[in-house]
Amino acid sequence: MAFEWQHYQCRDFFDELIKQTGTPHKYAERIYSYLSQLSPEEMVAARNTAELAIKEMGITFTVYGDGSSIDRAWPIDVIPRTIAASEWRNIEQGLIQRVQALNLFIDDLYHKQSIIKDGIFPRELLDKSVNFRKQCVGINPPHGIWAHICGSDLVRDNDGTMYVLEDNLRVPSGVSYMLENRSVIKRVFPELFELVDVLPVNDYPSQLFDMLAAMSPRPLDLPEVVVLTPGIYNSAYFEHCYLAQEMGCELVEGRDLVVQDDDCVYMKTIHGLRRVDVIYRRIDDLFLDPEAFNPDSQLGVKGLLRAWRAGKVALVNAPGAGVADDKVVYTYVPDMIRYYLGEEMKLPNVETFRCYEEKHLKHVIANIDKLVVKPANESGGYGLMIGPKSTKKQHQECIEQIKADPRNFIAQPTLSLSTVPTLDGNNIEGRHVDLRPFILSSGESTYVTTGGLTRVALVKGSLVVNSSQGGGSKDTWIVEEE
Amino acid sequence: MLSRVAETLYWTARYVERAENLARLVNVNNLLLMDLPKGVSPGWAPLIDITGSRSNFDQIYSEYNEKNVLKFLTVDARNYSSIYSSLMFARDNTRTVREVIPRQAWEIINHAFNQIKENPNDLLNKRSRFEALKQIIDSGLLFFGALDSTMNHNHLYRFTRFGSILERADMTTRIIDVRYSVLDLPVQDKTFENIKWVSVLRSLSAYQMYRQEMGVRVKPNDVLQFLLFSPTFPRSVLFCLNHLMSLVQDFPENEGMKERIAHSIKELTSWDTNELKAQALHDFMDEIQIDLADIHNQLAKQYFLKD
Repeated sequence: MAFEWQHYQCRDFFDELIKQTGTPHKYAERIYSYLSQLSPEEMVAARNTAELAIKEMGITFTVYGDGSSIDRAWPIDVIPRTIAASEWRNIEQGLIQRVQALNLFIDDLYHKQSIIKDGIFPRELLDKSVNFRKQCVGINPPHGIWAHICGSDLVRDNDGTMYVLEDNLRVPSGVSYMLENRSVIKRVFPELFELVDVLPVNDYPSQLFDMLAAMSPRPLDLPEVVVLTPGIYNSAYFEHCYLAQEMGCELVEGRDLVVQDDDCVYMKTIHGLRRVDVIYRRIDDLFLDPEAFNPDSQLGVKGLLRAWRAGKVALVNAPGAGVADDKVVYTYVPDMIRYYLGEEMKLPNVETFRCYEEKHLKHVIANIDKLVVKPANESGGYGLMIGPKSTKKQHQECIEQIKADPRNFIAQPTLSLSTVPTLDGNNIEGRHVDLRPFILSSGESTYVTTGGLTRVALVKGSLVVNSSQGGGSKDTWIVEEE
Repeated sequence: MLSRVAETLYWTARYVERAENLARLVNVNNLLLMDLPKGVSPGWAPLIDITGSRSNFDQIYSEYNEKNVLKFLTVDARNYSSIYSSLMFARDNTRTVREVIPRQAWEIINHAFNQIKENPNDLLNKRSRFEALKQIIDSGLLFFGALDSTMNHNHLYRFTRFGSILERADMTTRIIDVRYSVLDLPVQDKTFENIKWVSVLRSLSAYQMYRQEMGVRVKPNDVLQFLLFSPTFPRSVLFCLNHLMSLVQDFPENEGMKERIAHSIKELTSWDTNELKAQALHDFMDEIQIDLADIHNQLAKQYFLKD
């Protein structure tokens, strides 16, 4: 007996696999016909295969404040999320344009600040930015690139349009799960890969290494590139290891590095000290260097900023890049693209209300029950207030918080995130998804992952996809149409 | 190679080797006790002495019976050198250096730890015990086999290997020390004489090899000769020291290490097994263990991460 796919509910939302008429999208026909022939037993067996693979391969993540274990098995749903290659090419162009503008914006803020002088971006916003680093003013990182690695979150609304929800420019994570999801699904549905042309994703580690190597201050064929991790208790530790392993680089902790009087960075090896050229750092700005930032940091390396400023080492992403990773700054991306590139935005932003603007604030207060309110600088889905799912009391509390610090909040309409069929127990039901592609910029070229990490809210009706809050993931397939 | 990574791999290998050795030890004792008459049985307490954990054991348990000792040595997380703890430390360590060891080696350790964590009763239960212990021994063999055949034989590999060989030498001396003090008592019944010495050999997987090298008869003195001085058996103390010596040949700045190990080899080979009786044997084993600790300290001082 097969699943009763005709009962699959996809009328209220845009579904990534099945049209509202109940038939699959053109690009998903073969996938649909394969999946719809599987019995519930076969589907459950597929899920077990995936779970076993994840456990044996030790694919894990960490949830803070969950004392019991520092590594939990990574949750994956076996039904892939599918996007047509033709659509993906357009999205790719939109992302490239966006990251170019963001890098020009960051570089401008740390130099002439012409976007402020020309009256496009308000100075007050910069003055109140928590991620602007005075220590970085006037520094020229190679090729003017600050955000070498960007993870942008995309969501699709009811009408099928893909929107950018936010850009993560500090230490975005998730790419290792994108890669591992593919290797797991290859084990689960090998037959499907014969039927469908799924574009490969596994070029990322080589692309990442090439980009990092291109940042080296010394012109070497094989510069010393290292991944700097806060250590085993960090939520993304698995990823730090994974990327170092895939690139064949050393994974270092702060205590492995030392900055000497010549302002060069060295790592402590069994042969003595060895110079480091490029540091892919997965430690937040403020913990990077106790000499320049938080003096109590145990994770960082004393003198690292000094070495960077002297041009003796490359830091990726550059310290201070987070100034553009702010949900208020996000609302200015269309203006940035126009200002720096003279182009119109190819990939739209979600309509966003800036609470510090009187007019917008009034609208937000009047419509608080319909909006999603977000703090400007939180990540991981923390601090969200979803209007339609909150009580009157929560609305009121939220309004008080906004009034106390309007610069720190934005509001957006509640989007009807698109869905993908997902296995829940023995049923297949639609669950909401987003998508996080990763963009690498070296200044000479830009690379976008083929698809990205699809995160899925496993709880029925939920819009929160973060793995720290009950979210799972799916393999993302960019497929060539016939 | 990072000093921290060298240290972590060295310890990982020691933990894996320790888990494997413990599993062997428990397994053989288990089988030996089935053969010995209840009256002359040394019971389970010697195993606690071999692992040097009497005070820790006494804090947790009051009686040296099969159930307690077995639990303590295999699945008890309160014992830092139980099989469970060793595999846990090995896994935690491997997690911090996953980027440098072959994926498969990580998966072997991950699997072994998951097994013991999820099915602790397999080790306690009389029927499933043998198979569960065998699996742990297999994991150790598989782990080092995977490193040997899929990892670059570079410094990383040599430090890992160094850890396992040092741990192995340590376990051999411990087994000799405790087993001789307990078993080398005058026994009336000769039938059991043989069985006991065979069990010593078996706890080191040495029985077959002993027979090939030393002949069919199992005599206490020959057993000692074999386990201490065999140049061909990979678990003999001399073999291990020679192996350590060959590993450090390629270490950077290795003069101190070479001297240290050469000294230990000289010390070891200056003895004759005929002189090694009772107290003299015990003192000698103590001396070798101190030597092994010195080799560790020299290694740590020279290559590991300093604060």
